[in-house]
Amino acid sequence: MTLIAERVSMRFGGLVALEDVSLAVPGTGIVGLIGPNGAGKTTLFNCLTGLSAPTSGRITLGGRPLPADPAEAMRGGVARTFQNIRLFGEMSVLDNVLVGRHSRIRQSLLGALVRSPGFRRSETEAAERARAELAFVGLDPDVRRPAGSLSYGDQRRVEIARALAGDPAVLMLDEPTAGMNGAETAAIGTLIRGIRDRGIAVVVIEHDTKFIFSLCDHVHVLVRGRMLVEGPPTSVRDDPRVIEAYLGTAEC
Amino acid sequence: MATLAQQIVNGLVLGALIGLIALGYTMVYGIVQLINFAHGEVFMVGAFGAHFISLYVLPEGVPWYAALPVMFLAAVAVSVVVAMAMERLAYRPLRGAHTLAPLITALGVSILLQEVVRVFYPGATAPLPFPRAFPDGSLAVGPVTVLWTGVLALTVAPLLGAAVHLYVERSRLGRAMRATAQDADAARLMGIDTDRVTLATFVIGGVLAGVGAVLYGIHYTQIDTAIGFQNGIFAFTAAVLGGIGSIRGAMLGALCLGLVKSLAGQYAWGGAQYDYVWVFALLILVLMFRPQGFLGRPERVRA
Repeated sequence: MTLIAERVSMRFGGLVALEDVSLAVPGTGIVGLIGPNGAGKTTLFNCLTGLSAPTSGRITLGGRPLPADPAEAMRGGVARTFQNIRLFGEMSVLDNVLVGRHSRIRQSLLGALVRSPGFRRSETEAAERARAELAFVGLDPDVRRPAGSLSYGDQRRVEIARALAGDPAVLMLDEPTAGMNGAETAAIGTLIRGIRDRGIAVVVIEHDTKFIFSLCDHVHVLVRGRMLVEGPPTSVRDDPRVIEAYLGTAEC
Repeated sequence: MATLAQQIVNGLVLGALIGLIALGYTMVYGIVQLINFAHGEVFMVGAFGAHFISLYVLPEGVPWYAALPVMFLAAVAVSVVVAMAMERLAYRPLRGAHTLAPLITALGVSILLQEVVRVFYPGATAPLPFPRAFPDGSLAVGPVTVLWTGVLALTVAPLLGAAVHLYVERSRLGRAMRATAQDADAARLMGIDTDRVTLATFVIGGVLAGVGAVLYGIHYTQIDTAIGFQNGIFAFTAAVLGGIGSIRGAMLGALCLGLVKSLAGQYAWGGAQYDYVWVFALLILVLMFRPQGFLGRPERVRA
């Protein structure tokens, strides 16, 4: 399923956060989104996940307009993680991942009250799936601790597991390696490749350009709300406009 | 000794009934941080619903075992409909408003429901005898006698409390409730329809209040329009004692409250006329040393 943004603009009062931004996420592969602070990366993410409706422009998922409602977008197949982690800190790690599966579970109220065989099967299946996702991201599936007590890096992994539990077609990661050291960053890179190999399209926001260039099949550079350059990492990396945006011009 | 045991049993029966109402207070507070002062009236209208079906709908001479289930259904139906209506019509439009607005609205809804029943229900200006829909007599355990209606309350209330606890801990909607209680915005981002979760919470509160209303009616044998307010205050107190937002806390707080009221009425200075005083003295004492209640979590300022 392709996720496409066509000429998306976003204005907050007089501030133009995005202007005529177009982006296509193919059904498979890893797409990188880089840009200096305040370039509008997270704003674009919010539009692509139904969290905010763009002022103008069109966003479609698999040819159909993306609903401007995160719950609907999630049912449609777009899942995400957050720059500032948003786990349910007092719930167990497993429960957090199960919440991510919420929109894929079918249970009747009556069945749940009498704990019917169908209800128990659905709970067991959901729990098995949640455990599998925890194992996939490299965490102990039987951990009983509240999610808020995990280390920062592990909380990021729980967020990824929670997003994967909702059967996404497109997974959007907002700065998945923020605050991580080199070894941890490399491990997240391996994890993201593993997600791609499952046939899930991944979109990654990062500051770390080296990480993005080594990971992605396609890179977009957003600067001051505009899409400056896009293309395969090798051509984007050597583009003078990108170097200028990141390092400034030779004159200064 | 016999008196003590008897009063303990009486206190536990009252506590079990109050507990069913307290669960509604504590769950709604957990989800939307609203003290639904009209929840006592959800209980009260349930009692009148059961009274109505028994007096005006069921034919004369229906055996109790046929009448009682119908009365439970009627009470639950009336309580649930009223609880849903107050959520949709009174509270949902105020979501996002200052916290005082829904609180004042809750008081208004409470008075409205009391007055509507008092004015329109035949004979409700005075206490009404509740149908005797359960065998008279009592179970004797040594020197202690427990009315069969008390035995029923002591059986049904803990079972329902445990069922709710299990439901919230281990089901899709229960997880959605806990997630919404912790961070409603993040829950919405995870695809949870928080409006539906809120409505479901009011429905569960209504079911428990409706069941509690029938148990109350057959045990204390009469009802009036003030039972909601009176027992609602007790239930709210129990929920705060146990730690508001905590399901086990609400049941525990209610049992404590029932015991204190019953034992203080028997032994403390002032007798039964002053039992309320001791209940609220206990509340003040507990809150002085443990403001979050028995099982509540300390309040934190969210970033």
